[in-house]
Amino acid sequence: MTARVFVTLKPSVFDPQGHTITEALHQMGYPGVEDVRHGKYFELTVPAQTADEARALAAEVAHKLLANPVIESYRIEVAE
Amino acid sequence: MNFAIVVFPGSNCDHDAYHAAKHVLGQEAHFVWHKDASLGAADVVILPGGFAHGDYLRTGAIARFSPVMTAVQAFADSGGPVIGICNGFQVLLEAGLLPGAMLRNTDMYRCEYVHVRVEQTDTPFTGLCTPGQVLKVPIAHGEGNYYADDETLDELERNRQVIFRYATSSGEVTAAANPNGSARNIAGICSRQRNVVGLMPHPERACEFALGSGDGKVVLESVVNALARA
Repeated sequence: MTARVFVTLKPSVFDPQGHTITEALHQMGYPGVEDVRHGKYFELTVPAQTADEARALAAEVAHKLLANPVIESYRIEVAE
Repeated sequence: MNFAIVVFPGSNCDHDAYHAAKHVLGQEAHFVWHKDASLGAADVVILPGGFAHGDYLRTGAIARFSPVMTAVQAFADSGGPVIGICNGFQVLLEAGLLPGAMLRNTDMYRCEYVHVRVEQTDTPFTGLCTPGQVLKVPIAHGEGNYYADDETLDELERNRQVIFRYATSSGEVTAAANPNGSARNIAGICSRQRNVVGLMPHPERACEFALGSGDGKVVLESVVNALARA
């Protein structure tokens, strides 16, 4: 089973990389892109039998390692 | 005094720390590989600068799970003086030995001399400083933008845990003197018990005038003095 983990900075935390990317896009002629938030994407292959089991395992490792709860939050999707 | 200098794969200021402790201060110093479970005979622990595990995932995120960190945690819990410099500071934050986290610098990687104002002198690493003393020390980092939520920042201020702030050469804390966007110009903090210190600038690289500044020497001299008096 595959668990997908999306890690992003919390909305209250300034994102220097996203800001720099936004500025670059404006310079390239895309003023319509008002804001960019930069994040990370992980694909975990897990031996879980059920989606709930996969989700629980992904949440545990996301909390302990993949995300830093001080500045980041995460979202999980599970695929068969 | 015996300085234990932890070496992670990717540390690159370990030898600078060793040189400062051993050859400038004339103390005993030894390296400790990150997979070792023991710090050996240690009076002080230095987590040096560099790029532990290539800064993969987040700075310090992998290093905090190295076996040696259990020993560092126990050493810190027993009141032993621990200093994390640059990447070492990032490791201490990820390990939860100090509060907060690092974000990318607001603009870019910065490698230059800065000035920091000493805010508190009752830590093992600032005991020989005078309050408000300004130190000229180098920085070299892309992720030194110190972040903590307002509640945590207020708590740090209340407990006098902010020990270094980026300032002008005359000691004024201004936005222009802040090289990386750090909250409240914070360059270094200490733990609630005051024995664990983390800072982004490199005092160990500023211990000899021949290298551009001798201002950092007082940080390591302070801990030698603190231990000699203990």
